[in-house]
Amino acid sequence: MKEFYFYTEGMTVGYHGVPLIQNIEIRLKKGEIFTLIGPNGAGKTTILKSIIRQLALIGGAAYLDGSKMSEMTGKELSKKLSVVLTERVRPELMTCEDVVATGRYPYTGKFGVLSDGDYQIVKEAMELVHISELAKRDFLKTSDGQKQRVMLARAICQEPEIIVLDEPTSFLDMRYKLEFMSIIQRMSRKKNLSVIMSLHELDLAERVSDKIACVKGDKIDRFGSPEEIFTPGYVQSLYQMTVGSYDERTGNYELESEQGKPQVFVLAGNGTGTPVYRRLQRQGIPFTTGILWENDLDYPAAKALATEVVSVKTFCEIKEEELQRAKELADSCQEVICTLDLKDCEGWNEKILELSRYIAKTS
Amino acid sequence: MTLQERKIEKTRYFFAFLILIVLTIVFLAVNVCVGSVNIPFLEVLQILRGSGAEAVHGDIVLQIRFPRALAAAILGGGLALSGYLLQTFFHNPIAGPFTLGISSGAKLMVSLVMVLLLGNSIHISSLAMIGAAFVGAMISMGFVLLMSRVMEQMSMLIVSGVMIGYICSAITDFVVTFADDADIVNLHNWSKGSFSGIGWDNVAIMTVVIFVASFCVFIMSKPISAYQMGEAYARNLGLNVRRFRALLVLLSSILSACVTAFAGPVSFVGIAVPHLAKNLFGTSKPILMIPACFLGGAVFCLFCDLLARVVFAPTELSISTITAVFGAPIVIWIMIRRKREQS
Repeated sequence: MKEFYFYTEGMTVGYHGVPLIQNIEIRLKKGEIFTLIGPNGAGKTTILKSIIRQLALIGGAAYLDGSKMSEMTGKELSKKLSVVLTERVRPELMTCEDVVATGRYPYTGKFGVLSDGDYQIVKEAMELVHISELAKRDFLKTSDGQKQRVMLARAICQEPEIIVLDEPTSFLDMRYKLEFMSIIQRMSRKKNLSVIMSLHELDLAERVSDKIACVKGDKIDRFGSPEEIFTPGYVQSLYQMTVGSYDERTGNYELESEQGKPQVFVLAGNGTGTPVYRRLQRQGIPFTTGILWENDLDYPAAKALATEVVSVKTFCEIKEEELQRAKELADSCQEVICTLDLKDCEGWNEKILELSRYIAKTS
Repeated sequence: MTLQERKIEKTRYFFAFLILIVLTIVFLAVNVCVGSVNIPFLEVLQILRGSGAEAVHGDIVLQIRFPRALAAAILGGGLALSGYLLQTFFHNPIAGPFTLGISSGAKLMVSLVMVLLLGNSIHISSLAMIGAAFVGAMISMGFVLLMSRVMEQMSMLIVSGVMIGYICSAITDFVVTFADDADIVNLHNWSKGSFSGIGWDNVAIMTVVIFVASFCVFIMSKPISAYQMGEAYARNLGLNVRRFRALLVLLSSILSACVTAFAGPVSFVGIAVPHLAKNLFGTSKPILMIPACFLGGAVFCLFCDLLARVVFAPTELSISTITAVFGAPIVIWIMIRRKREQS
């Protein structure tokens, strides 16, 4: 276990002595980013609260930097581990800088007076998360997204070796989501900071995490690298999705597909079809589409939304029977749509061209 | 923050403290000079130096007004500090010893003990009074803490605190009314809140109790600052939250119990003063707020006691009448401002 900075052994967590999730085994090296995913109410927050000792463990143990966490003093732990939580803080008459400066608490003297060095660290932390201009602003008068970044700066200026974040990106817009994660990633690379967090955004989790654990029922269903976690069909079963679909390879997800007799046939490819598929889904019109190679940009959306997709294995030639099937589907629909730009089709696959000419004739 | 900004801040804090200290001294002097008999300031100085002057004036200054003014300052400081601690504890700006029913609990216990013992003509020391008040304060506090577990909403907690206050006051009135012994007439005045009739022995005891408790609070200013960020963050910063909370409850109860034992229940000081102090300093940093609240409470109570004595002289008003006139609007102002901030 020496190689791991943080690990758990048979950790069981829950409330009031009632176990919620049992036998959690997490292994995390220094500088690694670890993410908990799982449905709402699965117990991600419970696990995080137990790790940061807000909740007593019901069984097993967690280890940090070689020592058993339950035996560390509050002061020892505060110099190694900092947190960004979902609970709202309402400090009165405190500027954002004051809030960030509370992170220096473990390092200040008896009366908590900040030294010049402390002020410098506070300043650097605020620069790192791009909130220097908020320094003098009343914390209560900032937006949720700004508050979240202030809390990150606070956690950073605590100079931790490991940081625990509970759904840190929930209130952030796209730009700040990416910025926030980039800061986390940079800290983990440059300062060898270890990160434990929970995320709702699977696409983000897949991109940023070195290790992922999936919370399902009363156990960790899977623990491993993103490649090991996101195998086809897994997200659907983890979240027990009954409507819509998620494609693990691309992170593409779609709403529930429209069933029934297809009314439209779409000849598409290279990503031109996806917006049309989605429009048809919105209008509640069942459709068929083809001919797509399985590595086509349109394929994930087509697979998720069309009642039937005429598809060809990647890198293979289109067979005659596939062309025939596409023609049949086009014939059986009231309407055909071609999203391909046929003006610039030199050197295209012959069968695709034949299909487009066939469609042009019938419509 | 640049060095210069820090300098500006420090200057502001310096002047804020200066204002408070000057006001305390000025009001102390005015309270000693002004009354049914006005005594010139220079004569007061002479009396304090132990020379000259009429014997009657000397008695008025030394035996009545000076101890009373000191008591108003010390008890006012303790009360404001107690309010500040409760606001920190409950993360609620209108929590205070009066609104949470803690003063009333102390009052009830003190009157019960007084009636019981005086009825049997047993003399009680001021320390025993503080003890009784402390027991009463802790009982009310325990009840409030139980309620705070059940009630998520802080406004409901205040309502339940006010209710506890009314129940305790009703029982106190009942006890006082039916124990209409000559000795207990005083009790009636006291149960309405007043700084009158406080002698040097009382001042000595309250000085020790309040200053020791306030000193302990000041030492805790660092953990209090961590606690301002909420329990979870405080714990992550290495604070032993359970022990801290227990200490906070204990200290705020001692402070408000001591005040109640000597002056009866005094309303609104605990809420109004911390709020004014925060706005005067423009910060809520505990290391500044603790001395500021103490000084502010002293000034506020000296001012109110002066009005209580002077406005309808020779009739004396109860201190809570005056503190309510100035304190209640401040509470309303706080609530309006919070509402506006939330929307």
